[in-house]
Amino acid sequence: MNSQKPEIIDESGDKYKYGFVTDIAADSAPKGLNEDIIRFISQKKGEPDWLLEFRLKAYEFWKTMKEPTWAKLNYDKIDYQDLSYYSAPKQKVTPKSLDEVDPELLQTYEKLGIPLKEQEVLAGVVAVDAVFDSVSVATTYRQKLAEQGIIFCSISEAVKEHPDLVKQYLGSVVPYTDNFFACLNSAVFTDGSFVYIPKGIRCPMELSTYFRINAKNTGQFERTLIVADDESYVSYLEGCTAPQRDENQLHAAIVEIVVNKNAEVKYSTVQNWYPGDKDGKGGVYNFVTKRAACRGENSKVSWTQVETGSAVTWKYPSCVLQGDNSSGEFYSVAITNNHQQADTGTKMIHIGKNTTSKIISKGISAGFSNQTYRGLVRVAPKADNARNYSQCDSLLIGSHCGSHTVPYVENRNKTAKLEHEATTSKISDEQLFYCEQRGIGEEEAVSLIVNGFCKEVMQHLPMEFAIEAAKLINISLEGSVG
Amino acid sequence: MTIPLLEIEDLYARVADKEIIKGFNLTINEGEVHAIMGPNGAGKSTLSNVICGKPGYEITSGSIRFKGKDLTKMSAEDRAREGIFLCMQYPVEIPGVAVTTFLKHSVNAVRKYNNLPELDTMEFVKMVREEGKKLGIDNEMIKRPVNVGFSGGEKKRLETLQMNILKPSFAILDEADSGLDVDALKVVAEGMNALRDGKRSMLIITHYQRLLEYVVPDFVHVYADGHIVKSGDKTLAAEIEKDGYAEYTRER
Repeated sequence: MNSQKPEIIDESGDKYKYGFVTDIAADSAPKGLNEDIIRFISQKKGEPDWLLEFRLKAYEFWKTMKEPTWAKLNYDKIDYQDLSYYSAPKQKVTPKSLDEVDPELLQTYEKLGIPLKEQEVLAGVVAVDAVFDSVSVATTYRQKLAEQGIIFCSISEAVKEHPDLVKQYLGSVVPYTDNFFACLNSAVFTDGSFVYIPKGIRCPMELSTYFRINAKNTGQFERTLIVADDESYVSYLEGCTAPQRDENQLHAAIVEIVVNKNAEVKYSTVQNWYPGDKDGKGGVYNFVTKRAACRGENSKVSWTQVETGSAVTWKYPSCVLQGDNSSGEFYSVAITNNHQQADTGTKMIHIGKNTTSKIISKGISAGFSNQTYRGLVRVAPKADNARNYSQCDSLLIGSHCGSHTVPYVENRNKTAKLEHEATTSKISDEQLFYCEQRGIGEEEAVSLIVNGFCKEVMQHLPMEFAIEAAKLINISLEGSVG
Repeated sequence: MTIPLLEIEDLYARVADKEIIKGFNLTINEGEVHAIMGPNGAGKSTLSNVICGKPGYEITSGSIRFKGKDLTKMSAEDRAREGIFLCMQYPVEIPGVAVTTFLKHSVNAVRKYNNLPELDTMEFVKMVREEGKKLGIDNEMIKRPVNVGFSGGEKKRLETLQMNILKPSFAILDEADSGLDVDALKVVAEGMNALRDGKRSMLIITHYQRLLEYVVPDFVHVYADGHIVKSGDKTLAAEIEKDGYAEYTRER
C-alpha cells in the first residue's frame, strides 16, 4: 500500500506524482537506556567524538539524578527503561486521500483555517519531503537566508557543517547538569533546529521550525539552539496549532538561546500536543527546559507561549539577564481542559545592572483540569536598579477545576523594584447572560470573554499565528460550558 | 388596528424557591410605550429577567408570548435575536473585549438568526461611530473594553448605543435613569425616543417619574406584590410622584 504514489496538487493546480517510500526498518534501537544505546544513536547520526562524549557525560550524570517531584502534577511513574530512544520516522499505513482521514481531525483543520495542501501533509496523506523539499520551498528560503550569513538548519546538520558554533554554545545555557529532564535530553536528543544570526543582521522573515509542517516530526527529545550575535534580531516560531498526535508519551525538549550585545530574540510557541481524552486517558507528558541567556549589554529576549495541549506540562521558559541593561519578557496563555495538568511559569534571573523583566501570565482552567503558575524572580547582589513587573491572572470555567499561583521572589539588592499582581476570576453568569441578552450564544460568549482575557498576551504573537492561536483557544474550550 | 407584540398571561415565577411574580397580566401592542412603576423590592427586575430568560428564574405557571411565539421555550439568546432588548440596570464589565468587537458579535449573531448577511467591518464601524456620535460617545470610548472603568453615565450611554444599533422591536429599560445626571438623562432619553416609530414597543421599569418626563409613556402601571395593582395613563405617574407607593403596598 505504501508503494502507491499519491496524487498531490501543487499551488498552480497541476497534478504530479511522488513516490516516497524508503526502507527504514533497520533504523530503530531496542527499548531501554544504556551506554550502548547512546553510542548507537550517536553513530546513526554520524556524530563527532566530542558530541558522543557530551552525551555520555550527561548519561553518567543522569544516573545519579532523581526525577523532580516538586511540581503540582500527578502522573503515572515513567519507566525510562521501557522507552525506545531512537527510531527513525515511523512508517505508518498512510491514508491515500483526505477522504480516508478521521473526519474529526479534518474538522479541526477546517476550524483553524489550515490550507488544503498543508492539511494533506498534517494528516499524513503526503510526505513533508515530497511537498516541501522537492519543490524546495525550504531550500529556497534557506538560500536566501544564507546570503546574509544566517544559518537555519537542523541541529544534526549544524553539528556536521558548523561544528565550532555548536560546540561553543551547546549546553552553555542549559548545562546537562541542570535538571533531570534536561540531562536526559542531553544524553539522547534526536534532532531540532539550529539558528545563527550573524552580527548586525536583522532576520528578514519569521523563522518557524520549517514552517508549520515540519514541526510535526521533531520528535520527543527535541533540541533547539539559537544564537543571536551582536546587533542582530530574529523572531522564531515553534510549533503548530494543528493537533499533534504522537505515540511517544514522554517529551523532554531543550531550547537554548544566546543573545549577545544589542541583539534581540523573540521566541513564540504554540503547543498543541495530544492532551488525552475526556477522561484523562493518554496524552503527552511534556517536560521542557527553555532558557535564554542575555549575555550582552542591552540584549533583549521575549518568550510568548500559547499552551493548550499535553496531558502534563512542566515548563518554565527563563531569562538569565547577565548583560547590563538587558531585558526579558514572558507572555503566556495556558489553557487546560478535561483532566489536563499544567505547572508552568518562568524564571527571571537578574545579574547585570539596570536589568528589567516583565511577566504576563494568563491561565484558563476548565473541566477537571489543574493549573499552577510557578515563577521565580531573582535579583543578584550586583544587579543594581533591577526592575520586574509580574502579573498572573487566572480564569476558571466551571467549578471542578483548580488554579494555583506560586510566585517566588529572591531579592538580594536594595535598589530593586519588584511588583507582583495576581487575580483569579470566574466567567460569571452575569457576563454570560449579558452576552446572551445581546444575541451571542453561550459558546461564542465564552470564547469572546476568554479571548479578551488573553488579549494582552496574544498581541505579542506574530499576526498570522495570533489568528490561528485565537481559534485554537476556542477549540480547546469547546464543550467546557453548559 | 392594534397588533399584540408581548402578551403575558397569569404569570407566576420564582427565584430560588421564592415566589416573586404572582398573577401578572400585561399586553403590549406594537408601537406602545408602557411604564411599570413600583416600590423597591417589588420584583420589577425579576419581571424583566423572566421576560428575557435569565437562568435561575423559574416560571411556575402562566404564559409569555412574543409575536405570537411561546417565549418560555426559547433560550435567552434566541429571545434577544427575536428582537427583545434589555437595557440593563447594572451592565457587567467584560475585560479585554472592545466595545466594537462585542457589538459586532452581537449584531452579526442577530443578523444570522434572521437570515441576513453579516455586516462588513468598514460598514459596521461607520454605523457605530454615527450612532455613537448622537449619544455623545466618541471613537475612543468604543475602543475601550465593554463597561470596564465606565462611569454610571457611560454605561447607560453604551446600553442605549447597543439598543440603537440592534433596533429591537421591543426594549425593556430597567431603571435606565439610575446613575444619570440631567444632561446624560436627556441624551439617553433622546436615544430612546429615536426608536419610537409607531411599531417598536417599550417597557420602562422605573422607581421614579423622572425618566417619564422625557420618554412619555402611553400607559402607566403600578406594580406591587408581584402583579399590577393599578393602570392608567401618564397622569398616574405624576400621582405616584406626589403621593408615593404607600397606598399600594398597604393594599395587600
